[in-house]
Amino acid sequence: MGTLEFYRTVLFPALNKGLWVSIQIIVPSAVLGVAIGILAGVGRSLGTSRLSRALDAYVAVFRGTPLVVQLMMWYYGLPTVGVFLESQFGPGVSPLSSLFRLSPYASSVTAFALCSGAYQSEYIRGALLSIKKGQYMAALSLGFTRAQAFWRITAPAAARRALPGCGNEIIYLIKYSSLAMIVTMSELTGQAKGIATMYFRYLECYLATAGYYLALVTLATWLLSWMERRLAIPGDPGLS
Amino acid sequence: MTAQLQKATAPPAGRPGDPERPGATCTPYAPGAPPVTAAASPAPPHLLEACGITKTMGDKILLHEVSLTLDRGDLKVLIGPSGGGKSTLLQCIHFLNPPDGGDVFLDGESARDMSRMNICLFRREIGMIFQDFNLFDHLTARDNVAVALRRVKGWAKREAYDRAMAELDRVGLASRADLYPAQLSGGQKQRVSIARALAMDPKVMLLDEPTSALDPELIGEVLKVIQDLHEGGMTMLMVTHQVGFARHMTKEFLFMESGRITESGSPEELLRDGSGSRTSDFCSKLSEIQGG
Ligand SMILES: Nc1ncnc2c1ncn2[C@@H]1O[C@H](COP(=O)(O)OP(=O)(O)OP(=O)(O)O)[C@@H](O)[C@H]1O
Ligand SMILES: [Mg+2]
Repeated sequence: MGTLEFYRTVLFPALNKGLWVSIQIIVPSAVLGVAIGILAGVGRSLGTSRLSRALDAYVAVFRGTPLVVQLMMWYYGLPTVGVFLESQFGPGVSPLSSLFRLSPYASSVTAFALCSGAYQSEYIRGALLSIKKGQYMAALSLGFTRAQAFWRITAPAAARRALPGCGNEIIYLIKYSSLAMIVTMSELTGQAKGIATMYFRYLECYLATAGYYLALVTLATWLLSWMERRLAIPGDPGLS
Repeated sequence: MTAQLQKATAPPAGRPGDPERPGATCTPYAPGAPPVTAAASPAPPHLLEACGITKTMGDKILLHEVSLTLDRGDLKVLIGPSGGGKSTLLQCIHFLNPPDGGDVFLDGESARDMSRMNICLFRREIGMIFQDFNLFDHLTARDNVAVALRRVKGWAKREAYDRAMAELDRVGLASRADLYPAQLSGGQKQRVSIARALAMDPKVMLLDEPTSALDPELIGEVLKVIQDLHEGGMTMLMVTHQVGFARHMTKEFLFMESGRITESGSPEELLRDGSGSRTSDFCSKLSEIQGG
């Protein structure tokens, strides 16, 4: 098979299929990660001390352990919990224990969303802390309730400040989605590896894959800077 | 010859006559002390009355049973050295930072008795002007003024904007309505914040050093707005170091030091040469610094 023929009939179709799978992993993980990050970040900065300590523990665990280990834990480790339950309570709990058997896709999204959420919460928390209390006080002085003052005044200001950090984390997420390969997902990297080993064309396969990721990251960067520009406050150099 | 100074003595921590609440009491700070009950009298309530305001932070007492009253149209000026508790007092009066002891009455209504929802109603009746403006950075001048009308008073966008423009016009900034705070000068920011407070139709305005963060050439424009407000009959309590301005406008100075109002009286009494008051001492030091 000629080189061009190989690209046209084997490599690119496989990578395109992988790209689609990657996108299906990345988008929900990013959305869930941001949502978890917002909840955890707000809880850590404003919650009761017990809640914020619990959330600190979540962040410490998920930031403090390798993502690969977390991923394998969700995919290979979790079913053991179901097996244990069955051994304790008899086969009657098997519908329950099947809940602990995550598909490769579900384990990937769970692992990425929870890990990403831990990082996102740091950016959200930092942004909330950086917003001066004065604007919140001014809102209260006008008769806003505390919830209104937070969501109408502090949150929009904090969101702008958190955006660059959160965007950066999404760009990391695009790249670490390639780890889904180790739980048997045929996403971009998984496809590339399959083709590369089958045809012994490692350099081309991986170069092309790198190009795909670069394109994804470029697209995300472009989207993020578009958002930053849209949300930028005229005259404020600090938040451009 | 020393002037007669009205040394503010510890006032009775009781609420003077309120026809609707005969015998209403202020909670005195001292935990075991019996509350002082004021005799019912027909005197109309003051517009705003703070009585026995006490605030502690850790084991530090920031305010010791501070009391003051404001009647309709009053402009009282609070002065005193840094750290004396002036800002804390304004925040306590506004219940932005609820006092530990004492109470605030607005038109005879006790702030302490209010539920959390009603305290928002109480706060919106009192306008606060901050030293560093505290404009909402992500909103234009117009939206800064309109946002509370819409979200707190529930006005439609159209009406809120019309009112915002009227208020901006009153402070001379109608042409800047579409600019963001970062695009305004300090004096303009402070005028927007005054417009923002006025739009809520407050009964009282509390001003915490409204000109201290401004360059000297911008102070005048803000003082002018405050003077117009005073002439329009607005009731105000103002912390300021602009003694020259204040002495011509106010009938009463309150001198605050270490969490207490230690002297109060008219500028003529307190600032007369040789009055020997802490106030005149402080003010002459201030004017040395300000070069006039
Ligand atoms: N959050 C806080 N924690 C501890 N102490 C505080 C706090 N806020 C204020 N204080 C203390 O309260 C005292 C009074 O402060 P406040 O800001 O009311 O003074 P001020 O009279 O407004 O001074 P200035 O003229 O400098 O504005 C100061 O000694 C200050 O250190
Ligand atoms: Mg102060």
